[in-house]
Amino acid sequence: MLPKLLNGRRILSHQQVKFYQTGTLTVGNRLLDAEQRTVQATIDRSNSLDSGHRACQGCGEALGARYAIDSAMRATNNKLIAANATGCLEVFTTPYPESSWTMPWIHSLFGNAAAIGTGIAAAMKVKGKEDVRVIAQGGDGGTTDIGFGCLSGMFERNDDVLYICYDNQGYMNTGVQRSSATPGGARTATTMPVGPEPGADFDKGKNVPLIAMAHDIPYVATASIDRLHDLEAKVTKAMSIRGARYIQIFVPCPLGWGSAPAQTVNLARLAVESGIWPLFEGENGEITSVTKIRKKVPVEEYLKPQRRFAHVVKNPETLNVVQEIADRNIRKFGLLEEQE
Amino acid sequence: MLKQIEGSHGVAEAVALCRPEVICAYPITPQTHIVEDLGVLVKSGKLTNCEYINVESEFAALSVGIGSSAAGARTYTATASQGILFMAEAVYNASGLGLPIVMTVGNRSIGAPINIWNDQTDSMSMRDAGWIQLFVEDNQQAVDIHIQAFKIAEKLSLPVMVCMDGFILTHAIEGIDVPEQKQVDKFLPPFVPRQVLDPEDPISIGAMVGPEAFTEVRYIAHQKQKEALKLIPQINEEFKKIFGRDSGGLISTSNTEGADTVIVTLGSVIGTIEEALDEQDEKIGALTIRSFRPFPLEEIRSALKNAKRVVVFEKCFAVGIGGIVANNVRMAMSGTNIPVYEVIGGLGGRPIIRKSLHKLFKDAVNDKLENVTFLDLKKDVVDRELEREKQLIQSGSVAENVLRDGGVVNAAKTT
Ligand SMILES: Cc1ncc(C[n+]2csc(CCOP(=O)(O)OP(=O)(O)O)c2C)c(N)n1
Ligand code: SF4
Ligand SMILES: [Mg+2]
Repeated sequence: MLPKLLNGRRILSHQQVKFYQTGTLTVGNRLLDAEQRTVQATIDRSNSLDSGHRACQGCGEALGARYAIDSAMRATNNKLIAANATGCLEVFTTPYPESSWTMPWIHSLFGNAAAIGTGIAAAMKVKGKEDVRVIAQGGDGGTTDIGFGCLSGMFERNDDVLYICYDNQGYMNTGVQRSSATPGGARTATTMPVGPEPGADFDKGKNVPLIAMAHDIPYVATASIDRLHDLEAKVTKAMSIRGARYIQIFVPCPLGWGSAPAQTVNLARLAVESGIWPLFEGENGEITSVTKIRKKVPVEEYLKPQRRFAHVVKNPETLNVVQEIADRNIRKFGLLEEQE
Repeated sequence: MLKQIEGSHGVAEAVALCRPEVICAYPITPQTHIVEDLGVLVKSGKLTNCEYINVESEFAALSVGIGSSAAGARTYTATASQGILFMAEAVYNASGLGLPIVMTVGNRSIGAPINIWNDQTDSMSMRDAGWIQLFVEDNQQAVDIHIQAFKIAEKLSLPVMVCMDGFILTHAIEGIDVPEQKQVDKFLPPFVPRQVLDPEDPISIGAMVGPEAFTEVRYIAHQKQKEALKLIPQINEEFKKIFGRDSGGLISTSNTEGADTVIVTLGSVIGTIEEALDEQDEKIGALTIRSFRPFPLEEIRSALKNAKRVVVFEKCFAVGIGGIVANNVRMAMSGTNIPVYEVIGGLGGRPIIRKSLHKLFKDAVNDKLENVTFLDLKKDVVDRELEREKQLIQSGSVAENVLRDGGVVNAAKTT
């Protein structure tokens, strides 16, 4: 996709668009040329994850999956098969005889979505149907914890699968327990805010996008549901590449985080703008782009609307620890424009 | 064509003749040679149109297989021992989803203590997983049953586990008649899946089922196994017509007519037992169970109905109760007054020797067998260890103590 010019500025989905007139930080689809509009905005979107499912109100995972898969469908001319790990996405889009999936879809187990993807891709290859592409998807628990072995194996073999992790920072489907993607300080059912160090331990957990990059796979990206253009562009780009690809999408969970459903998109934006959730792309082991923060916000703004961090916000010391984590991200990924 | 080859190599050739489209490989003794040989067949171009995938675990091996089978590809993998436990969750999933994957199990014990030698505990650990389980007696049967397994699996849309004794069969070199490609093509039509992942006709596979339908779904799985009781002999007949060899169907018997005592076994040990039987004068019959799942209750019952006693010889047992096969046989014999004795032998590769078998046969015909006999159990070693445990809370590792007491080092000293 070639970058287009709007008001003399290049619009690359992963570049920021400064649009001063309205005082907003978003660019509405109607202001863009037709081919620059999001897949979600078109009437011919596939609706692969159709309405009528049972996700909670304001579920970021439902939104993220819908955005990601409709883009992948468009990029593959609707020739797409999905393998799904056990978790909220699997549960709220089923059970039999109902299904929200209007695409071929399989759920096998909690920890094997990546391997299922490998198998489907192998079958397509052997049958000479390589135009049919494969995505595997799961929550952070199914990806960074129990499915990690299969994921790493799929990466290492460079199997032709796009793996999408919907990161809501915990095991939500089983009632909000800690995963290795749960941030320090967060209250979960297994890291309760009791004792001298309330919530999840700091200095634990892992950064799977970076670990994915360490496999030197062709494409890795982080995305967030607050920026549709960027998310769709990343999925579209991923589908233009063969081999193992990984996208981890930040998807707030009102139920697990104790946030208002209407805050879902806003929280995703605050996570990016505070430096908590860096947006970047990596190709063949190198970081190739980062999304600069437009207007840095203190982490407190991000933490405050979430009850899981209530005890963190109250304690200046732990609040500072979280701020340091965000600042380290900003330094590490160069998230702020160089000050001149 | 008659070839002097290793059992594993024979199986690899048989599997290749079935034109598998996806093969998942992960090493574990004693199954490893099979997937290694298949790797050579694919890489050398002898087996074409096949994706050979080196996976990172057995859990992945079967999971990749679930994906490829659900996408319509004929799929094969092999494992043993710890490997089948590592893939356990996927084992149940493959049958639950009705995917006709064929998997060889090179039968081996399960640790701890870790032990790489043959018994049948590994396959038995998955006996209730909804797979068809066929145990083979020798390497010719291993070859023939693998070819039949694909047909059985695809007809029923169920996975089939072909169980062959590790080392005793996998590593044994003997003459095997390896079929011709033309024959196999005539016997085994291309795979037409019952349902398939296809963008042209999108379906959802593997969604949740609640209490309102789960019982019925499981009941149908059970019925399908019963269907297999008819299908397995039928396919054996079809096989016989094309290849001229009989693999025996559900069970095979020798000298059971008019025998007061019948030994019931599974797998290759029948070879040893028949040799020992030939060397003595008692009239003892033998019955080998080929299909352990589904379990041929009727066939076993009618083959044993005139016996005075049944002795089940098995290379596995359910800790805390006793023989696994024996309990199944007892179910077949329920309502009769024929006693079913259990003999557990060959665990972890312990050799099953003539002398012990002869004593066993003699005790059996004289009704001197206990309900459960552990063949060649070193009772003195066991008693001493139990005594040590009684004396000392921190008595250490049972495995180490037993080996220090009665293992090769000490045994050599005392003789
Ligand atoms: C082997 C296994 N262990 C545990 C579970 C229980 N389980 C099902 S979904 C789930 C949580 C899923 O968390 P995540 O992957 O983060 O997805 P989310 O529900 O948060 O979207 C767990 C623990 C399971 N189904 N299988
Ligand atoms: S618990 Fe969270 S992830 Fe699950 S459906 Fe509700 S909002 Fe979505
Ligand atoms: Mg989660």
